[in-house]
Amino acid sequence: MAEIHLIGRAASPGLAIGPVTMLTAAVARRTASDDPAQEAAALRAAIEGARAEIAEQIKTNQGEVADILEFQVAMLEDDALADPAYGVISEGITADHAWRLALDVEIAGYRAAEDEYFRARAADIVDIRDRVLAHLSGVDTVARITSGSIVAADDITPSAFLAADWSHGGAIALAAGSPSSHVAMLARARGAPMVVGLGPLSWNGQPPALALVDGDAGTVILDPEPETRRLFEHRMAVANAAQAAADDGRLESARTADGRRIAVLLNIAAPEDLAGLDPAICDGIGLVRTEFLFEASQGLPDENAQYAVYRRILDWAEGRPVTIRTLDAGGDKPIAGLTIDSERNPFLGLRGIRLSLARPEVFRVQLRALCRAAVHGALKVMLPMIAVPSELDRANALLDAEFTALRAEGIACGRPPLGIMVEVPAAALRAEDFGAAFYSIGSNDLTQYTMAAARDIGAVADLNDTGNPAVLALISRTVEAGRKRGVEVSLCGDAAADTRLTTALIATGLTTLSVSPIAVARLKAAIAKVRS
Amino acid sequence: MHDAHASRPGETAVPLTASAVLVNKVGLHARPSVKLTQCAKGFTAKIELALAADGPWTDAKSPVKVMRVKAPQGAMLHFRVTGSDGKAALAAVLALVHDGFGEA
Repeated sequence: MAEIHLIGRAASPGLAIGPVTMLTAAVARRTASDDPAQEAAALRAAIEGARAEIAEQIKTNQGEVADILEFQVAMLEDDALADPAYGVISEGITADHAWRLALDVEIAGYRAAEDEYFRARAADIVDIRDRVLAHLSGVDTVARITSGSIVAADDITPSAFLAADWSHGGAIALAAGSPSSHVAMLARARGAPMVVGLGPLSWNGQPPALALVDGDAGTVILDPEPETRRLFEHRMAVANAAQAAADDGRLESARTADGRRIAVLLNIAAPEDLAGLDPAICDGIGLVRTEFLFEASQGLPDENAQYAVYRRILDWAEGRPVTIRTLDAGGDKPIAGLTIDSERNPFLGLRGIRLSLARPEVFRVQLRALCRAAVHGALKVMLPMIAVPSELDRANALLDAEFTALRAEGIACGRPPLGIMVEVPAAALRAEDFGAAFYSIGSNDLTQYTMAAARDIGAVADLNDTGNPAVLALISRTVEAGRKRGVEVSLCGDAAADTRLTTALIATGLTTLSVSPIAVARLKAAIAKVRS
Repeated sequence: MHDAHASRPGETAVPLTASAVLVNKVGLHARPSVKLTQCAKGFTAKIELALAADGPWTDAKSPVKVMRVKAPQGAMLHFRVTGSDGKAALAAVLALVHDGFGEA
């Protein structure tokens, strides 16, 4: 069988080799029976299997996630869903084909709906369709991505990505997708190579058994010839040796070739990201995302739960500064029961600090937990999506109020300095107008708002370039405002880990960069080569 | 919002009808549809709904069919109920609609 070369777009760097796991059942093969009665029985069993599987998932979920799963169960329990399929099966059509025909009519009905809520339900019916197809063909479903395998799919959801173990290799090859998607960010954080935009994943005969993924070049080779594989494995060995050499230097503090000290901080999404890490690899934590605390399956976390997580992170840092970002929900990070899912353009809507100020009862709980955690280390708090100084002023007033209330109650607490994320061009242009304790440049959003190119639309991803002179000018301006006001400026977006941009970023005057733990060694090696 | 006006009380083979406006934000969407069909299944009566007083009528015990109606917020929902526990069934489904299916 000849090897197949696919060219896409690099979404997460690195090389990987492994067995292929198809995430969609769409391409799975099954041997159909000629007997309509057997086909009908197979479909009935597959529907029941899918129903039981979802019912099992409901037990470990709550809130909106459970509601959606219950909806899927209700649909699968309803004979009206499969009746058209049984109808054509009796005419000699195979079970999988009949089910697909019937559900595709249903899906088309939803996609044609005028109401966006009903249109959005098409995704649920697709989910139902594919889960039953998976049961019909005996293919593994999403929850069982084998560790170390190459996941091939049209697209992959963040929850499917997070359900898998990426610590033992593996990679992602997508027909669609975008390098700027939430999953791509997660893949970069976990060190899983990822290539998107490969186009239809097709082949002759058997589905591919083995794949090579080049997350640097953006290419995938299915069922490689022995010689191709040997060359690829040689490249992997060379890359691993380079990584090991960089790892050796990761405990050293970062200096440019001409001796400028650059602070390297960590971006983390949860305390688990720090497991097994030596705090000596970094100069502190530049970004703790708190959205994961608020995941739908857990509901809104109470003050004690938040305090415990913040404290764990501060304890790990052993006195190094830790910057925790207040909830940055909305945009591409919806949270059940909190964000508004009917916004026409959520990236320009009620997200970040805007949502927190609109929901002070939720925001206050987080500020209280942060004040209590502040006694355990060098805590700094930053506010996302700040556009005007009054937002910072209102947040400062709320923080003062919670700090004062805690102290009055005799509870141990501190008043952490409050800084702002600079990610809206308005804030970058007028940074000196904000009485912030520090500025942290969120290059992902700053880039997309400056270039008017969404992070998650592959067709315009080329425009979404932090290296564009306009974006770099806004970064320089923010650095200058920080210098004038005598406050620290750091950068914590994906651009900090993009070593092609290291020279340009340091040229803006930045002396603090924050990256995911996996990128620390590479960034330090890149900084060592910078000569200004 | 219209209140129920049962066309004939008590046990009867003649359908009872009533209508109410969908007040919940998302219309007769996934969760409301599940709630409505679960409620309807609790009764032996035949319960149907429609967006117009003269139908076409949809089985209110089938979430697949109820979802196909795609009733948006603000739509007038008509019910037609036939069976021995029809009166109680009608009251129950109307209460759900009036209550916005417990959603904001």
